[in-house]
Amino acid sequence: MNPISAGDVIASPHAHGGGSVCMTMRRVMFALTPATLFGLWLFGWPAINLFVISLGSCLLFELISQLLMGKSPTLGDGSALLTGWLLALTLPPWAPWWTGVVGGFIAIVIGKQVFGGLGQNLFNPAMVARVALLVSFPVVMTQWVAPQPLGSPAAPGFVESVRITLTAPPLPDAVASASLLGHAKTEQSRGVDLVKAFASPTAPVTSPVGLRAGSLGESASLLLLAGGLYLLFVKVIGWQTPLAVLAGIAVPAAIAHGLDPTHYLGVGAHLLSGAAILGAFFIATDYVTSPNTAAGQLIFGLGVGLLTWIIRTWGGYPEGMAFAVLLMNALAPVIDRYLKPRILGRRRDGRELEPAQS
Amino acid sequence: MGFMERLIPHWGVHPDDRKRPAADAPVRRMPMPTRLYVPLLQHIGAPARPIVLVGQHVFKGQLLAEPQGMVSAAIHAPTSGTVVAIGEIVAPHPSGLPLVAVTIEADGEDRWADLVGCNDPFALDPQEIARRVAKAGVVGMGGATFPSAVKLAGGLRAKISTLIANGGECEPYLSCDDRLMRDRAADIVDGIRIVLHATGAREALVGIEDNKPEAIAAMQQVAAAFPEVRVRPVPTRYPMGSDRQLIMELTGCEVPADSRAFDVGILVHNVGTLAAVRAAIRFGQPLVSRLVTLNGGALRAPGNIEVPIGALAEEVIAFANGFKETPARLVLGGPMMGIQLPHARVPVVKSTSGILALTAAEAAGQNLRGPEPCIRCGSCVRACPVGLLPLEMARRIASADFSGAVDFGLKDCIACGCCAYVCPARIPLVQYFNHTKGELAALERAKLRAEATKKLVAARAERIERETREKAETAARRKADRDAAKKAAAAAAAAAAPSEETAA
Repeated sequence: MNPISAGDVIASPHAHGGGSVCMTMRRVMFALTPATLFGLWLFGWPAINLFVISLGSCLLFELISQLLMGKSPTLGDGSALLTGWLLALTLPPWAPWWTGVVGGFIAIVIGKQVFGGLGQNLFNPAMVARVALLVSFPVVMTQWVAPQPLGSPAAPGFVESVRITLTAPPLPDAVASASLLGHAKTEQSRGVDLVKAFASPTAPVTSPVGLRAGSLGESASLLLLAGGLYLLFVKVIGWQTPLAVLAGIAVPAAIAHGLDPTHYLGVGAHLLSGAAILGAFFIATDYVTSPNTAAGQLIFGLGVGLLTWIIRTWGGYPEGMAFAVLLMNALAPVIDRYLKPRILGRRRDGRELEPAQS
Repeated sequence: MGFMERLIPHWGVHPDDRKRPAADAPVRRMPMPTRLYVPLLQHIGAPARPIVLVGQHVFKGQLLAEPQGMVSAAIHAPTSGTVVAIGEIVAPHPSGLPLVAVTIEADGEDRWADLVGCNDPFALDPQEIARRVAKAGVVGMGGATFPSAVKLAGGLRAKISTLIANGGECEPYLSCDDRLMRDRAADIVDGIRIVLHATGAREALVGIEDNKPEAIAAMQQVAAAFPEVRVRPVPTRYPMGSDRQLIMELTGCEVPADSRAFDVGILVHNVGTLAAVRAAIRFGQPLVSRLVTLNGGALRAPGNIEVPIGALAEEVIAFANGFKETPARLVLGGPMMGIQLPHARVPVVKSTSGILALTAAEAAGQNLRGPEPCIRCGSCVRACPVGLLPLEMARRIASADFSGAVDFGLKDCIACGCCAYVCPARIPLVQYFNHTKGELAALERAKLRAEATKKLVAARAERIERETREKAETAARRKADRDAAKKAAAAAAAAAAPSEETAA
């Protein structure tokens, strides 16, 4: 019995606000475009190859899954494209071709279609893929390159880039670079305190513009922030999640750094490195895997931020955004269960309000 | 309103209002059609019982059918003429199911019956006012069609303090209330004062959405002379005209979910209803015509038309020069809560605020390939004026878990359509919810019926048992009587025998 198939008669409302799933996805991709273009420019042809492979794999796996399940393909809704896009942005820019393909498979097939497709998945598909890759292939997934902008003398040409993408040769020392968070973790594990670790001239620096080593699309913090503000402006996302994520990272970072700068990175280092901005505005805000209510989103965001900071500070991995997002994804249904909006005329527990004489 | 609730975006949506130019066009009066189809059920409650006969001549305003039961409303002849039929016609409802109506053939004279008015309504007893309003068959004209007299009497009993005149008219396209406030502000204010007198309320607040500056100005000008009547512009936001939302906006008072506005000392009447109450009291005029907004991109001449109750929508459209193009959808009422009409051969009733002929572009609500999956964006949660989680209710309904949907507050849903309006996946949420409410009502009825049957069966068993017992008792008594009689006879015989013997 399907409530929709009631013949030709159409229930009210007879007007629509005009939004669509496709338009929402397009807006998110539009917001990602500046930071993505910057990342592709910054890391050159190998990054472009990886980006294309990642998007293409996600589309292909979506198509294959839907055909196998006998559903009509819905590539047009843009969700698979966006998943591929987000996945690419979180990969090391010169990662080999198979990271994009395996990542696409994990994201679309295991992360999404197995759960029933769009809207049914518990975990953010791009983060499932990233974490699975990171845990399975830790070396490949932490090979950072120093910025090699397109057109700069050291940048590989297209033919050279195909070789890099296909064969993933070991990076020469001149090209390899540590990310700021990775550097901090390595130095601390060697017993060097953070003040000394960052005193050396070769230490990685934070850069709001994004001229730093890191994942393909996470470095251009200002461009990501601009994209995020655009999404806020067009009301694709609310302010609750991003603000809470950033606060969840910044507040403990400020306190800890204030108490002991030799062991704890400062607020700037935390917010401008790793995937903090990308995660706050584009990943933690994923509709499907985050709570529905504003209050729920605040708690969810704070959780993501705090867990990110904890993993970065005490965990085995230098970056914790993807783990934090997955952990909070698992909690989202619980948050939704306990933080329902109050129904008009009822108390939170569902009982009727006491009538108040006006 | 708590701090958190202030931070969280407000309920409601801002649809394109599309009220003009129809709202600015002067009101036209439709000539009397030759036949009028007056349904006996134009209100919430029991249908009225016809008291005229086929072939009988009636005057305009003459009672055709009287209310029956506690909640019902009288129906009157919209013109003078002959009753030619009392029977089923197609109802103004998407089901196209039949509805009993009185069909009147107009005699063209449009002669009123003798009406009893009143020069000084403020000298009338409040209960007498409610009685006269009932006699005139006035019902809520904003769409709820609750019999007004029942509401007035309830308000009097509940000792309400505030009357809210609802001039919100938050539905897009509709402008009949706007027009009425612009053209007949004095009548509405007079109606407000009569209702204040009838209910003992101290003050009246007139809530008007701020997209109707002319109506606000007109009402303010008239209300200036009466300090107890205050005009209060409210922000334009759908569904501001819904009573609980308007009460909240104007008084800050939240009506408990299972209570009525009276319980917080408030009575809400639509401005059109107030004008009808005034006509009923001052002139004794029953509700036999109303302003109807004719609007939509498919119409040649949109505007507001004074239409007799019972005129076919088709004739109203024809009077307004018909269609410019074939409409993609015909709607009775507003686009947010109105009902789709399969065709225009249905009569205008007391609740018909508008007839919309929408073009394909305007009616673009549903996705032709069916709805997309819910992406849990939460737009519906932010839009819901009641604080429900439409996405969660829909998810449960889709798997036929109706009680799950009820646990999420389905019964508090007012079917305003905000959720479906904003849904990017274009899931027909209101259809889901209405369907489920219907299913639940059917289950409830079935349960009641089963209970009634059970009671009857039990009663029958008890009766049979009682009868058997009584029969047995009667039989036993008879037997006892017989035995006693026999014994007595035997005793008598025995007594007699010796005497006989003695005698002998």
